[in-house]
Amino acid sequence: MSDGARSLVEAPSARRLPPVDHVALASIALVVVGGIYFAAHLPARPSVAPSAGLLAGAVALLLANLVMLSRIRPFAWRLFRRVAGWALLAYALIAGMLELVFILDQTRGFALLLLTLMLVVFAVDIPVLFAFSVARYQPVDERLPA
Amino acid sequence: MERPVSAELGPGLTARLPPATRTGASSIQVVPLRGLPVVAVVLVLLVVTLVGNWLWALDFFHVVGGGLWTGVDLFVGFVIGPILGRLPTAARAEFSARFMPKMVLLMPTLVIMTLASGWQLARHVGTLAAASPAHPWVVASLIVVGVLAVVAIGILEPANLAVLFEMRKPRPDGELIARLMHRFVYTAGITGAMQLATLVIMTRIAVL
Repeated sequence: MSDGARSLVEAPSARRLPPVDHVALASIALVVVGGIYFAAHLPARPSVAPSAGLLAGAVALLLANLVMLSRIRPFAWRLFRRVAGWALLAYALIAGMLELVFILDQTRGFALLLLTLMLVVFAVDIPVLFAFSVARYQPVDERLPA
Repeated sequence: MERPVSAELGPGLTARLPPATRTGASSIQVVPLRGLPVVAVVLVLLVVTLVGNWLWALDFFHVVGGGLWTGVDLFVGFVIGPILGRLPTAARAEFSARFMPKMVLLMPTLVIMTLASGWQLARHVGTLAAASPAHPWVVASLIVVGVLAVVAIGILEPANLAVLFEMRKPRPDGELIARLMHRFVYTAGITGAMQLATLVIMTRIAVL
C-alpha cells in the first residue's frame, strides 16, 4: 500500500473528494421538480418541454457524477458497490411501484416514457449518493471500479 | 442482553457504544433483517390494493402511511431530536445505533405506502383533474412531498447511513458522527414546516 493510501486508511474523513453528493442531490432535485410539474398536469396532456429539459439536466448531472466517481482513486470501492447494490435494489423496487401506478392509471406513450426515464434517473442517483456518502469516510481498499 | 462498552470516539471523545463496536467487525445491522418480512408483506398488500384499485384499501394505506410519516417526522424532529441533542455523546451514540437502523426500513416503507396509494386515490376520486376544486391543494401536496423527498433522500438518509457505517468501525470518529448528526438539527425546521403544511392541505382536501 502506498504512503498516500495508508494515510487515507488512517484518516479517510480528512480527504478532499469531488462533490459527487452535491451533484447527485441537484440531479434528484431536477427530477423531482420535473416530476411534480408533469404530474400536476395529468391526466391532461401537459407540455413536455419543461419536464424534458429538467430530465435532460438531471441525466447530464448523473453522467458527470459517474465520470467524477470513476476518477476517484483510491477509494473504498468494495463498500461502495455493496451499498450501491442494495440501495439500487430497494429504490428500483420503489420506482417500480410508482411505475405500476402510472401504468394502472392509463398513462401511455411519451408521458409514460418521460416518467419512466425520470424514475430510472431517480433510482440510479440515490444509490450513487448513498454509496458515496458511506464510502467516502471508510478506509480505501485501492480496488478500481469494475 | 446487550451491554454497552467503552470505545474511543476520536480525539478527546469517549463514548459507550454497543458491544458490536468492540469487535471491529461490527454487528450493528444497518438494515434490520427481522423487519424485512414485515416490509415485504406491506408492499405485497400495497401492490394488491393498487391493482385491485379498491377505494377503502387505498384510503387505508394513504391515511395510515401518511399519518405515521407525519407523526414520526414531527415526533423525531421536535421531541426526540432536542432530547438527543442534550445527551452526552456516549448516550447519543448508544441511542442512534439502535434507532437509526429501524428508520432505514420504516421511513421508505411509509413513504412508498403514502405516495403510491395517494396518487391512485387522487385519480380514483378525481381530485387530480384540473377541474376539481381540490386540484390546487393536490398540486401543493406534490410540492410539499417533493421538498420532503429531497431533504430525506438527499440530506438525511446519506448522513444516517454514513453514521451507521462509522459506528461499525473499531474506533468510530466522534467528531464526524457529531457533524453528520447536525444535519438532522438543521433540517428539522424544514421537515416540520412541510409536515404541518401536509396536515393543512390534507384536512382542506377532506372537506372540499
